[in-house]
Amino acid sequence: MKVTKHLFWVLAITFSHFTVAIPEIEHWVTPNGARVYFVAAPEIPIVDIRFVFSAGSARDAQKPGLANLASQLAQEGAGDLDSNEFNEQLAQIGAIFSTGALRDMAWISLRSLSGEQYLEPALGLLQSVLSRPRFDTEPFERRRATALIALKRDKQSPAAITSKAFYKEIYGDHPYATPTTGTQTSVESITLDDVRAFREQFYVANNATLAIVGALDKKQATALARRLSAGLKPGEKPANLPPVLPLQASVEQFIDHPSIQSHVRIGQPGMKRGDADYFPLLVGNHVLGGSGLVSILFDEIREKRGLSYSASSHFSPMAELGPFAASLQTDNSQAAEAIAVMREEIRKFVDKGPTAAALDAAKQNLIGGFPLRISSNSRTVEYLTMIGFYDLPLDYLKTFSSQVAAIRIDDVKTAFKRRLDPDKMVLVVVGKKGSDPKSKP
Amino acid sequence: MRPFESLFALVLAFVTGMSVAEERTHEAVLNNGLKLIVQEDHRAPVAVVQIWYKVGSSAEYDGITGVSHALEHMMFKGTEKIPPGQFSEIVAAKGGNENAFTSTDYTAYFQTWAAENVALSFELEADRMRNLLLSPEEFKNEIRVVLEERRLRTDDNPQALLGETARAVAYQTSPYRQPVVGWAADLQAMEIGDLSTWYKRWYAPDNATLIVVGDVDPEAVKALAIEHFGGIPRQNIRPPRSRPEVVQQGTKSVTVVSTKTHVPHLYMGYKTPVLNDVSDVVPEWEIYALDVLMETLDGGPSARLPRRIVREQRIAADAGADYSSATRLSGLFSFHATPSADHSLDDLQKAIIDEIAILQTDPPSESELTRIKTQVVADRIYQRDSMFYQGLIIGTLESVGLDWRLNDEYVEKISNVTPEQVRDVAKKYLVPSSLTVAKLLPGAGE
Repeated sequence: MKVTKHLFWVLAITFSHFTVAIPEIEHWVTPNGARVYFVAAPEIPIVDIRFVFSAGSARDAQKPGLANLASQLAQEGAGDLDSNEFNEQLAQIGAIFSTGALRDMAWISLRSLSGEQYLEPALGLLQSVLSRPRFDTEPFERRRATALIALKRDKQSPAAITSKAFYKEIYGDHPYATPTTGTQTSVESITLDDVRAFREQFYVANNATLAIVGALDKKQATALARRLSAGLKPGEKPANLPPVLPLQASVEQFIDHPSIQSHVRIGQPGMKRGDADYFPLLVGNHVLGGSGLVSILFDEIREKRGLSYSASSHFSPMAELGPFAASLQTDNSQAAEAIAVMREEIRKFVDKGPTAAALDAAKQNLIGGFPLRISSNSRTVEYLTMIGFYDLPLDYLKTFSSQVAAIRIDDVKTAFKRRLDPDKMVLVVVGKKGSDPKSKP
Repeated sequence: MRPFESLFALVLAFVTGMSVAEERTHEAVLNNGLKLIVQEDHRAPVAVVQIWYKVGSSAEYDGITGVSHALEHMMFKGTEKIPPGQFSEIVAAKGGNENAFTSTDYTAYFQTWAAENVALSFELEADRMRNLLLSPEEFKNEIRVVLEERRLRTDDNPQALLGETARAVAYQTSPYRQPVVGWAADLQAMEIGDLSTWYKRWYAPDNATLIVVGDVDPEAVKALAIEHFGGIPRQNIRPPRSRPEVVQQGTKSVTVVSTKTHVPHLYMGYKTPVLNDVSDVVPEWEIYALDVLMETLDGGPSARLPRRIVREQRIAADAGADYSSATRLSGLFSFHATPSADHSLDDLQKAIIDEIAILQTDPPSESELTRIKTQVVADRIYQRDSMFYQGLIIGTLESVGLDWRLNDEYVEKISNVTPEQVRDVAKKYLVPSSLTVAKLLPGAGE
């Protein structure tokens, strides 16, 4: 009986109130232009440092895969150290180093113990990665060959095939259209000179955001940021990406693949970071398909019909309009049914919006779950990076809950109507023939 | 030269100078046998609650493979008090992040949310420990979801299919030959009665470990555990019958050829003991030496496989090794690798066997071991950034029949391993007679 009481309680309250210590974000700009975001986290003797540059695959220009290779090459030694020496020195102090590239950004990350005998050599290594990159032929050729194998391996992944086709269809000629990993012909054409030029243009202080979280005080963080960024050339912030054009018509693409499941993705260009519609779309999509095990799509496709293990929708806000995408995977024989349900639920949601109860539940989940978003150093560093890179207000975390709380049904309805057009969606289906929805009335 | 030894000594001093994990970890056993472990982490006002049942696919037998995992799905499908679908709605409405996972040795459920909700976690978990509805209608739907999960994760994923095949070939009598998700035919034939039997047999306080990591007061949590779970009677659960793996007497080989495959892949697995096998013939140091051996080969980008086979010889596009000492039954020390464009799977297999041969002859250098030990110490500290992961380690150890305190001893045990011991375990266990080789090859087309 007690549980039933709780159930009533859940329905009766509007929000679960409790105090959350929002980390105090310190922000400054280094003398040569790098934008620094710092949160002191003294509890664990570790330090996380993350540099991000607007140097993702959207900057690939004519050579898709270039940003990715440039990022990978940063793991292959720096300064006087070749790849083996560099990685050996990192390991000796137990530091973890990683680099990577997305569409908007490329990152260079370091996690180290905060004791001086570890942090000091770790910073030395990071400093040489930033200021004295190496462009050795051997690691470059090896990385390029491995990138080609990865592209080949993507051909055996229906998920990868779906994703690539989806981006291509929704972005057309926009730089977001090509995969971060590039294409075979493009990767084959990339030279070491291309990588060098790319790094020199984009890995510069005026294009850098630096997030620091860990057992440091402000003074130490200031010195650290100054030291690390000093090796970067000031350079220039690259021009903004071109705007994403809206889809003119609906597109349906069926790709034959010898899988027993069909992978389905439906979507459109969605929203930007800092978008005026960010909160109504975030909260609304939480109802539609964004919230883990409780959403309209999860309920209709998995819970009611058993059609897919996962069924969800997401907005992925980016510098320009990132995608809105709804996805599922189902046995080829059920693809037509699953697509019809998904289309119908998206259409209904855009048309009618959420119910009051569903909207409240989504808001409760987002607000109640907020402390989880900043409960570890690694998650905090991700938030700092996002706030810094996309130039979001410094009080983003502090105002998150009240922004969510303020959303009303009409806000969601008008935002969805304004931003999504169910008659102009891209549909990508990857699977064995027979999953064509046209084969069913 | 860098002062390796003194550096490591510094790391140890540094760690012991901090609050040791044990001071933050508290254990209690309720009268009905439920074990409660609480680890304090006051960085944020949140907590993760995990309940681990000591049952997984290795307790299953032919015909009902996958029943533990199918039951995990049904645990969200309602009790007498909570109608189907409500469990997740209750958790979501409080901002919770929840899910469950099944392995060979355990089934675990968790919620991460504001620490004030620990009581609600207990209430919900206590309820579904004994009062699950297991409705046939819900099951009919959910088993289809499970089949879709199998298709997604295994059937349409050539490398996962290779792994499943390799384990089915490597193990002859050990239940680790069965996939956790179950064979498709068993899932298709599965009935709700199979799940009810399984549920009644294994879901009881004396077969579970309750773990809370977060911003909580251990005494208050203990009182809550007694309040919510204390009334559930002990069921006198008997552990699964033991059917150990027979001694392998020669290399086994299997090839998976599939038109879905574009890139070949190599899997090699050697039968190896785990902590649970420690005995007169398997001294404890061997297990920790196997851990160090694994780190020598694949502990980050400076380890031997990435350095030698990927970067120097360029035979592999990627190469790694895997070994887990915390399993219920003995396991496999495995290698997985993708050949580079101009090398064959045979070249790759030879290169890996050459690396093993080197370690069987020449012990790793002192500096190599010092590096590994430093990494182990650093990892212990990095772990503290994730409450979930801290719970995962405790839960795994307890669920396979080990003591969570092993985690606190780990650094010391690893630091006692000598280079010669690493060589000796490589010699003793990485031998052809206990090897299984599995190769994934592109098919010729339809």
